[in-house]
Amino acid sequence: MKVLSKCYMALVFLILYAPIIVVILFSFNQLGSLSQFTGFSLKWYRELFRDGYALDALKNSLILAAASSVVATVLGTLAAFCIFRAKNKYYRAAVESVSNIPMMNPDIVTGVSMMLLFVGVAGILKLTNALGFWTMLLAHVTFNLPYVILSVLPKFRQMDKSLSEAALDLGCTPTQTFFKVELPAVMPGIVSGLMMSFTLSLDDFVISHFVSSPDFKTLPLYIYNQTAHEVKFSMYALCTLMIVVILVLLISVNLFGSSDERRKRKKGVAK
Amino acid sequence: MKKKSFLSRVADAPYLLWMILFIVAPMLFVIYFAFTDRNGGFTFENITSLSSYSGTFVMSLSFSLIATVICLLIGYPLAYCMAKASKKARNILLVLLMLPMWISLLIRTYSLMALLDNGGLVSSLLVKMGLPKLTFIGTEGAVILGMIYDFLPYMVLPIYTSLVKLDVRYAEAAQDLGCNGPKTLFRVILPLTMPGVVSGVTMVFVPSISTFYISQKLGGGSFDLIGDTIERQFQNAVTYHTGAAISLVMMILILLSLFVMNRFADKEEIIV
Repeated sequence: MKVLSKCYMALVFLILYAPIIVVILFSFNQLGSLSQFTGFSLKWYRELFRDGYALDALKNSLILAAASSVVATVLGTLAAFCIFRAKNKYYRAAVESVSNIPMMNPDIVTGVSMMLLFVGVAGILKLTNALGFWTMLLAHVTFNLPYVILSVLPKFRQMDKSLSEAALDLGCTPTQTFFKVELPAVMPGIVSGLMMSFTLSLDDFVISHFVSSPDFKTLPLYIYNQTAHEVKFSMYALCTLMIVVILVLLISVNLFGSSDERRKRKKGVAK
Repeated sequence: MKKKSFLSRVADAPYLLWMILFIVAPMLFVIYFAFTDRNGGFTFENITSLSSYSGTFVMSLSFSLIATVICLLIGYPLAYCMAKASKKARNILLVLLMLPMWISLLIRTYSLMALLDNGGLVSSLLVKMGLPKLTFIGTEGAVILGMIYDFLPYMVLPIYTSLVKLDVRYAEAAQDLGCNGPKTLFRVILPLTMPGVVSGVTMVFVPSISTFYISQKLGGGSFDLIGDTIERQFQNAVTYHTGAAISLVMMILILLSLFVMNRFADKEEIIV
């Protein structure tokens, strides 16, 4: 039974990882073939880095991911604070459930609805070219928000309430208490929300597809366009690079989280 | 303590404003576009014209249902094996399961396409083994396989979570009281992990029924799912209204099915 379950897990994980491994492996293939590995070469990477459009898309992706994750983190932390502080049960439930809409809705509906908003508003204001960086930014912040709230809100709920009460008793104003006591307490949640938003924004294709314009393309959009007709090996190189970046980001989030835990544990011992 | 600070008084405002502008307003725009024609006049025509897409709806529904059922059949045993593993192994397995969830679905779909390509590794291996050359890209099977491959981790994770939380003593008690293995599984473990199953099913079904790149990349353009239809309507400003109507209907169908499924599960238990 034990052997059987191990074999089963190995098989499923093998299938889950096989395509990714194939792409990574064949991005280093000398000849442009998907069936035979003929030798190691960085040819496709060189081709990728000579591709001005790809580099532009990379730049756009990084700017967008950085901007949207920072805005989403600030807004999301405020939102989590509001939901946490809300006295009225119905108000809190309403805010929480509306916040979750972008997460529950299929991406295509979120994308379409945002596009219609932008097109509709542009129609009212008589603008011709509404879509571009700003619409992408607004859409990315919107779909990142629930994830930030989801990682910050539990930290507020876990927070020791007596700490902020003590700060208030000792003469802090509520604003000072927020910045000196509450904010540091939820910091791990904020950092993981930030990292999560950054990766989600870097990865997003469906929503961006609807709210983008041809003159502001991100990497996933570029990959989508380039792979419409033929097999392009430089795209495998690009996919490999994106996978590596995401993995590095994930590992650093985990390291940050665990080092934070370790610090806490050490402090606990010191006390 | 009771006096409200400046911060707590204005803290709600930016987020509430954002919510109204970018979550509520877009939904209203979908409804507005779905019920108006190109000149802005009120009409039901967009909704009634959807009957011509009934074939698309049926095909999408059947593809995503098949994918969801297969995901459940593969995913439940996988989650079960993972939950039964030792604590150390469990952590590694969990990381292995979650890594693909962080890689863009577009990239994963594209990788699957590379593997299944007509000149790709799988078909050349089959030829080497003396089997006839098979074409994968452009078949129903490839599209469904793409959905399964892309969304399987989203099925396993919630089921795994509810299996780990499950108190083993329930299963032991069932066995002490004379249940055999399968009976324990179907009458004790399965009902107790139902919340996980429900949230896994939603997390596979919703993206499967609304996908468009899977069917474009792996279906070779020969299958038109709801997602493809919606996407095509938005290529051209003339058909925005039809696109909005299809999106609205799909959204309502999904919300209804979520509502029905959530009635099966205790709300607190659902892991999103």
